[in-house]
Amino acid sequence: MNFFADAVAWLFDPTNYVGSNAIGIRVLEHLGFTLLTLVFASVIAIPLGFFIGHTGRGRGLAVGTAGAFRSIPTLGLLTLVALSVGIGLTAPYAALTVLAIPPILAGAYTGFEAIDRATIDAARAVGMSEGQIVRKVELPLSLPLLMGGLRSATLQIVATATLAAYVADIGLGRFLFTGLKNLDYAQMLGGSILVILLALLLEGIFTVLQKLVVPRGVAAGRPTDIWAGFTKLAR
Amino acid sequence: MIEFHSVTKRFPDGTVAVDGFSLVLPSRKTTVLVGTSGSGKTTLLRMINRMVDPTSGSIEIDGADIGTLEPVKLRRGIGYVMQNSGLLPHRKVIDNVATVPMLSGIPKKRARTEALQLLDTVGLDRSLANRYPSQLSGGQQQRVGVARGLAVNPNILLMDEPFGAVDPIVRAELQQELLRLQRELGKTVVFVTHDIDEAFLLGDQVVILRTGGLIAQVGSPAEILANPADDFVATFVGADRGKRVLHLESHSDGDVLVDADGRLAGVLAGGTSPSAAAGAKAAPEEKAAPEVKAGPFAGSGAPAQGGDPR
Repeated sequence: MNFFADAVAWLFDPTNYVGSNAIGIRVLEHLGFTLLTLVFASVIAIPLGFFIGHTGRGRGLAVGTAGAFRSIPTLGLLTLVALSVGIGLTAPYAALTVLAIPPILAGAYTGFEAIDRATIDAARAVGMSEGQIVRKVELPLSLPLLMGGLRSATLQIVATATLAAYVADIGLGRFLFTGLKNLDYAQMLGGSILVILLALLLEGIFTVLQKLVVPRGVAAGRPTDIWAGFTKLAR
Repeated sequence: MIEFHSVTKRFPDGTVAVDGFSLVLPSRKTTVLVGTSGSGKTTLLRMINRMVDPTSGSIEIDGADIGTLEPVKLRRGIGYVMQNSGLLPHRKVIDNVATVPMLSGIPKKRARTEALQLLDTVGLDRSLANRYPSQLSGGQQQRVGVARGLAVNPNILLMDEPFGAVDPIVRAELQQELLRLQRELGKTVVFVTHDIDEAFLLGDQVVILRTGGLIAQVGSPAEILANPADDFVATFVGADRGKRVLHLESHSDGDVLVDADGRLAGVLAGGTSPSAAAGAKAAPEEKAAPEVKAGPFAGSGAPAQGGDPR
């Protein structure tokens, strides 16, 4: 309990909000690092996932690779990359991108796979080109599952991004490593609380986003949808 | 006019869905492909808009070999209606109907205006235009499917068991609507079904298929019913079981038509007239038997196909 009170005291200490190691700056660094990693992983995983989902090709390979990626220990990979490219941001970006690819890839292709085959077949039969099927049918209908993949990836990155401070001067991990070195447990716990709060905030945002991207017609057909129930009653 | 020239389709797993199929489908008429599952009827239909390409042989539309045409462009010129409507669940009814015209470059406003008119054509209330497919009944969804098929004003309309998933009452309603539409629009309709009664009702030309896309018999419903080519056809249309051989029986409640199995098939049009074949047997008081009493039998069996020589 003492540790916790000390941590709260540390969080509210005004001196921790000034200078290059200010809490605000570290939070923004952490957030920026998380989002940029998410972008890197998405650029690789989303097109690949769409390709697999649309063509049905390479699914086995993707599942296997994603599983292998998942089992790679991030700290080990981070150290390995840092040893070859040196201290700096390259190693944490690379290691965490690898961590974030599997959930995004899975979200992208399962989103495509979950669509009723008859819907896609009909779209093709009435004269949509393959590109139009992807853009106008598969993409909008797969967004909820893709968003689920992004959400899960974000949560993993934001928690694991503390490791970035192991090889670079960035993010909330700084407080953990500094605290550990100086046996300053208030700072360590305070830093951890900040990571947790940031994770909860992002989780909340993605929960809302995930609901927002459900296409209206799809939501309308669900029995849980209040407004659909209303229109049915009104008829 | 659609022509199949010795078309064969062998799927990668070795299944021969269609074997040496040749047929002419006349313009502005309804051709019904009927057969059990595995008869290749859907494969044949899907070859017309190149959803399936034949392994050998060729298909011509008005003399042009469709193998040389670009599939997407070909499909946009052909209406397609499938079972379970195949509507896009995330688009409103009106946008579903307007989808293909807009892909073909028709401005959104015009496409939507025309889509509303098409809802009238297929007998749907315009108030449904802003609903999503999941908010419609199965029958309404099929009507939207037909409206979408007609949206590009195609000469050819392909229908793949379009009424297979709706209940019998709605199906009968949709069949009558299709007959009305066909009288008004005169499209070249290719219709796939496994229901012989539906085939006889809708088809100008009926093609009965056996397993492997082999033609058992081609002809008008009357020709097939009067002269089944072989036992297979006779079994398929029910002639061998006497389902199509009806005779009149007199009851105290009125005269009814009965098939060879003794199943009530219907009544003669115009009620229990004594001038009908067996009318002489009817007692005088039965002449006055109200049609209401015969009513319950009117919907049973297949009176239109059995009794109507077409």
